[in-house]
Amino acid sequence: MVSESLVNLSRLQFAATAMYHFLFVPLTLGMAWLLLVMESVYVMTGQVVWKDMTRFWGKLFGINFALGVTTGITLEFQFGTNWAYYSHYVGDIFGTPLALEGLMAFFLESTFIGLFFFGWDRLSKVQHLMVTALMALGTNLSALWILVANGWMQNPVGAQFNWQTMRMELVDFWAVLFNPDAQAKFVHTVSAGYVTGAAFVLAISSWYLLRGRDVEFAKRSFRVAAAFGLASALSVIVLGDESGYTVGEAQQTKMAALEAMWDTEPAPAGLKIVAWIDEAQSRNDWEIEIPWLLGLIGTRSVSRELPGIHQIKARNRERIERGAQAVIALEALRSNHDDESARRTFERAKADLGFGLLLKKYVADVRQATPAVIERAMNDTVPRVAPMFWGFRVMVGLAFLMLALFALAFVSTLRSPGTARPWLLKSALWMLPAPWLAAELGWFVAEYGRQPWTIYGVLPTSQSVSTLSVSSLYGSLAGFLGFYSLLLAVEIYLMVKYARLGPGSLGTGRYLNEPAATAGPAHA
Amino acid sequence: MLDYPTLKVIWWLLIGVLLVGFAIMDGHDMGVGTLLPFVAKTDPERRVVINTVGPHWEGNQVWFITAGGALFAAWPLVYATAFSGFYWAMLAVLWALFFRPVGFDYRSKIHDPAWRRAWDWALFVGGAVPPLIFGVAFGNLLQGVPFGLDNRLVSTYTGTFWQLLNPFGLLAGLVSSAMITMHGATYLVHRTEGAIQQRAMRWALGAAAVTALAFVAAGIWLRAGGIQGFMLASAVDPAAAPDPLAKVVVRDANAWWANYARQPLLWLLPSLGVAGALLGALLVMARRTLAAFVASSLSIVGVIGTAGATMFPFVMPSSSMPNASLTVWDSVSSHLTLGLMFWATLILMPLIILYTGWAYRVMRGKVTADYVRKNEHGAY
Repeated sequence: MVSESLVNLSRLQFAATAMYHFLFVPLTLGMAWLLLVMESVYVMTGQVVWKDMTRFWGKLFGINFALGVTTGITLEFQFGTNWAYYSHYVGDIFGTPLALEGLMAFFLESTFIGLFFFGWDRLSKVQHLMVTALMALGTNLSALWILVANGWMQNPVGAQFNWQTMRMELVDFWAVLFNPDAQAKFVHTVSAGYVTGAAFVLAISSWYLLRGRDVEFAKRSFRVAAAFGLASALSVIVLGDESGYTVGEAQQTKMAALEAMWDTEPAPAGLKIVAWIDEAQSRNDWEIEIPWLLGLIGTRSVSRELPGIHQIKARNRERIERGAQAVIALEALRSNHDDESARRTFERAKADLGFGLLLKKYVADVRQATPAVIERAMNDTVPRVAPMFWGFRVMVGLAFLMLALFALAFVSTLRSPGTARPWLLKSALWMLPAPWLAAELGWFVAEYGRQPWTIYGVLPTSQSVSTLSVSSLYGSLAGFLGFYSLLLAVEIYLMVKYARLGPGSLGTGRYLNEPAATAGPAHA
Repeated sequence: MLDYPTLKVIWWLLIGVLLVGFAIMDGHDMGVGTLLPFVAKTDPERRVVINTVGPHWEGNQVWFITAGGALFAAWPLVYATAFSGFYWAMLAVLWALFFRPVGFDYRSKIHDPAWRRAWDWALFVGGAVPPLIFGVAFGNLLQGVPFGLDNRLVSTYTGTFWQLLNPFGLLAGLVSSAMITMHGATYLVHRTEGAIQQRAMRWALGAAAVTALAFVAAGIWLRAGGIQGFMLASAVDPAAAPDPLAKVVVRDANAWWANYARQPLLWLLPSLGVAGALLGALLVMARRTLAAFVASSLSIVGVIGTAGATMFPFVMPSSSMPNASLTVWDSVSSHLTLGLMFWATLILMPLIILYTGWAYRVMRGKVTADYVRKNEHGAY
């Protein structure tokens, strides 16, 4: 049996390093397109301010990108270092999108990002624009493959278990690629990245406008960010709804938890705005809800029911009991490959194998599982409700706030370009952390909401870890904490420094803070 | 569609290609990082050295990331066992790699000598540590690694980190470090001029000599030093579903020489390892800088190829439970996955080489102090 603290520390390390990585990813995703838009205008109009915009925002993009790359490698290492059994068990399916990400996306992005920065004088305008476009394409393709991998963890389609190799194996690649969960996640996640890029440019431009500096530069940046942000915020909300609509057991469980829906409600179910959740008693003391709305969003019908937590758990208890039979038969089959009766039992029960493995968290031999153990395993199958319920609501609230901000900013640029009111500029500045907070909460809801599984219904988290010592985990966790704190401090320092310097840091002679005019010049 | 045994062998070759690609491409910028504090003394000199790889290191690093991804996809059990078994070694590589993106990108953004010196050493660590550890890892693979597999194929590593630092492992580490240093120095000879080029030449010659000598010494040690190889002692069906527990493995002093006895053409690989390094050194002296870089690359093909050919079909032999050793037949993905990934690689790899080549072409020519001055705000 795997030590519980090993599992918890491994989870903590993965969660911490993944969430840290995602501080940098969304900005890269969004900024890449913004750079392409700015450079396209430059190529079409020949106005040099658009080139300066591409280069200056590109500089901030580069500072962010460096940490995105640094922290991304951690994640690819970590499946192997800390989740070795997971890697063996699902590598046949899960490894493929990761390898394709490298071959198809990351090479493209990384090769052309070098030319983006270094190629200004060596490429024609159109060639450089093409480089920027390929870089943006690579960035987004990269997100596609990662979300195909992640989508498969939520909804493991196109694969089946092979008892001879003791792992899941690919049977239908197209099912994995066109997994509705993966597709919904992809569009939702990249849209969130676009919002982040737009909010970043909007906030810093607003700061310049508030100070009345580099106005022509800031005005144009503000306008591009407002338009791009409005479109992206609409898309993130509409396509977020699409994430909810996707059916699948993992999503049903998540939806029940994040809606604090303890019992199946008559269709169409209402959408709760707030609720006072009593986790111990499995009920809400009070709630305010909008009738019908959840049913409409979740099922796109007025008659289909969404299962409640109690119903999901009851269904899962049966699956755990059948799954225990599958585990017992599999173990017999592994020790004697010719055991025909074990094979027949296994074939009958194998759909619930994963549920049987849930018992392994408590007993090494599932034959020893008492009704009390089965009860515990059953209760594990739905994540805790309050963090889901509130995490989701704060994320959605932030999304609507950002939508309002971008809408107001967009209207202001239509009415009187570049003369947005100070309160709007200040709001844009203060809203800067919002997209990051929302994105992190989104990942929290998606991943915490999948617990107790790494692969929903297939492999429990408790069975996925490497056989490492707890002290190794404390050591590596401390190392990550130290390195990541240091890197973040350096990154924020540089980001703030260059944002303050503004386009003058390009040394073109057209802006405030030109290096030539200041005592301590900043370079590169 | 290709049959399963063929695909298993193709994937052994493709993993080799990716590792060699990584060593040639990311290797030269790691070599440049290693040499940075030694071939360049002043800040303008250091900026010259950094900017020889400035536009390319990110693309080059993807060889490493893709090799990792391909290992995960094609050899999941190897990926799982090696990465978790070599836990601290892998973290050391990872943490050393942290210094590269930020070192390259942040170093010249602040005009403070202490800041820049600190990042120069960071780039040194990021360049020097990974090749050393990969070499040590290969040295340990040749000796067998203490791990076992249970009936559910859970792998457990029973050694320690310090155990990896045994004499033969360290010698292999020296081969790898010297080889990457040679490669980086040769690249610098090609892309710089003047004092930096002079110093890089001396490093290229020295490192080529160490590479050749240490590589030959490792071969002699392997032959005469009592390192026992691994050998299959039961029939293995290459077409069967992979099961690493279904075979019998024995250890034998001649086992690592069996492939060479069976197929003498394989001697070309170690010969290429030595000849490439020596030829590279001669070409450096003759100022045929591009040809020298090609020779150095061939030396890398020879050295890594030798390690692979010596162990084939073993990939990660187990010293404590030899029957659980991982081989190209029984530690691989399913037929469908291997086939799919093969076609994807076949289509995408030439494209990658094409646009990487174009990027180098665009940025071709010597990097000089004058270039860095002119690109004060664009270059690193």
